[in-house]
Amino acid sequence: MKFSMLVQVFTQMFKKPFTNKFPAKYIPSSTTKFLRDVGSGKAEIIPPIETPDGFRGKIVYDKDKCIGCKLCIKVCPSGAIEFKPEEKKVKFYLARCVFCAQCTDICPVNCLSMSNEFLLADADKYSKNLIVE
Amino acid sequence: MKTKQTTKTTYRIPIGPIHPALKEPVAFEFEIDGERIVDVDVSLGHVHRTVEWAATKRNPIQILYLAERICGICSYCHPAAFALAVENIANIEVPERAEYLRVIHAELERICSHILWAGVAAHEIGFDSVLFLTWQIREKVLDLTEYLTGNRITKGIITIGGVRRDITKEHHPKIFETLNYLKDNFEKLRKVFLDDKTFRMRSQGCGILTKEDALKLCAVGPTARGSGVKKDVRVDQAYFSCADLDIECITPDVLTGEVNGDVYDRIIVRLLEVKQSIDLIEQCIDKMPVGDIVSEPKVAKVLATLKKAGGEGIGRMEAPRGEVIHYVKLVEGEEYPFTWKVRAPTYNNIMPWVPMLKGEQIADIPIVAASTDPCMSCTNRVAIVDSGKKYELNKEELHRRSVEKTRRFMA
Repeated sequence: MKFSMLVQVFTQMFKKPFTNKFPAKYIPSSTTKFLRDVGSGKAEIIPPIETPDGFRGKIVYDKDKCIGCKLCIKVCPSGAIEFKPEEKKVKFYLARCVFCAQCTDICPVNCLSMSNEFLLADADKYSKNLIVE
Repeated sequence: MKTKQTTKTTYRIPIGPIHPALKEPVAFEFEIDGERIVDVDVSLGHVHRTVEWAATKRNPIQILYLAERICGICSYCHPAAFALAVENIANIEVPERAEYLRVIHAELERICSHILWAGVAAHEIGFDSVLFLTWQIREKVLDLTEYLTGNRITKGIITIGGVRRDITKEHHPKIFETLNYLKDNFEKLRKVFLDDKTFRMRSQGCGILTKEDALKLCAVGPTARGSGVKKDVRVDQAYFSCADLDIECITPDVLTGEVNGDVYDRIIVRLLEVKQSIDLIEQCIDKMPVGDIVSEPKVAKVLATLKKAGGEGIGRMEAPRGEVIHYVKLVEGEEYPFTWKVRAPTYNNIMPWVPMLKGEQIADIPIVAASTDPCMSCTNRVAIVDSGKKYELNKEELHRRSVEKTRRFMA
């Protein structure tokens, strides 16, 4: 067979592209302007593909439940968790987090859980969005 | 660099040593006579990430995630082999259900890796429409991986003494949907890779590794099996629940009746292994007993047990590229391991490059080197030294030459 891919290529031409055009169909000339437009309702964001159940996203920390046992610090593979001795609570630096969910597994009081949020890109690794406490 | 003067003027091309994605950075030095490769020299050990040293500052649970980051494609088999080694030391018995679940995830990874490799191989000979076809199929497998483990690449599914997530009845429809999709598309892939003229021209009789060389140079995985060596850890020294499953070593003579040991044979082996893996996942889901998925659900207790354990352990398993061996030594009373040594399959599959590449053309370097499934980003840094004059031959140039060779054949 000489052109075995030809049929495939032609059928692909009439199919919808596989890629989800997130967040907009074309790259906006100015991202900040695009985001402002979205905020004021002038433009719309094409939503990202939904994450499946059990996705490991941004960590959620229930501070009141935490007993300060430091077990999560012991198993964190990337050293993303800092202990605050005066409060006996912990602080998560998401810039270092590898989203393995090992801390949520070991937590004896279940004060940690993983959310679906995954849009965590930031220019500053210490920005408010990337620190959970 | 000195140019070697022989009776015929040959010149040398150094390739490497920096490879951003390959686990073992490699420097090649090709001796070239025109377009023919006369001699190849491979040297190893240029970039060292100190992963093994970093492990001596971490406890075994933390190392699982460090091991996962040794390689992006083998992000399951490294922590799995490490877990095997540690369980070996501490005599941790893994529940039977977990053993089956572990096989399912290992086979999913094999499907991903082999299909990805098939795409890369197609790209290397300039057949890019096949690259997109294979990666489209792979995307479905990645979706299933994400659905079962919570992440696409760094799965984080294995733990010491079992797995972290169960596969329940609710997961079955999506698994079977993906497996059926794979089976439907497997035929398409088989036709393109095994019957297409372009592939046959570029892969048959190219990059030959004889059975003797494969045995002598300790080739592992599909590279060895492509040369007719029946060598598969799943069969030879069954780990997990592989002993209960129906697994056979796949060599190219299953399909063609003969073993040539060329690139085409390695394509056959990998394609048939995709089919085998689909079959194994089905067998596992079918035979999986009910029960626990981890021997000790409390991670803190596992850590305490491992602190008390001491000794040496070895974990062997069949990664998509071949046999991976992890050696771990734990000291009693110490939280962190004393040492950890990883022998990844590509390490063994580098020396077979020498007999494979000898006598081939420069344009064959990408496909022959890619046929052992390393990462080819290495070819980005190539300098040709021709009688003291130095010029660059980068990946694009090598790729262009490879595409041109395909065109020449087609014309």
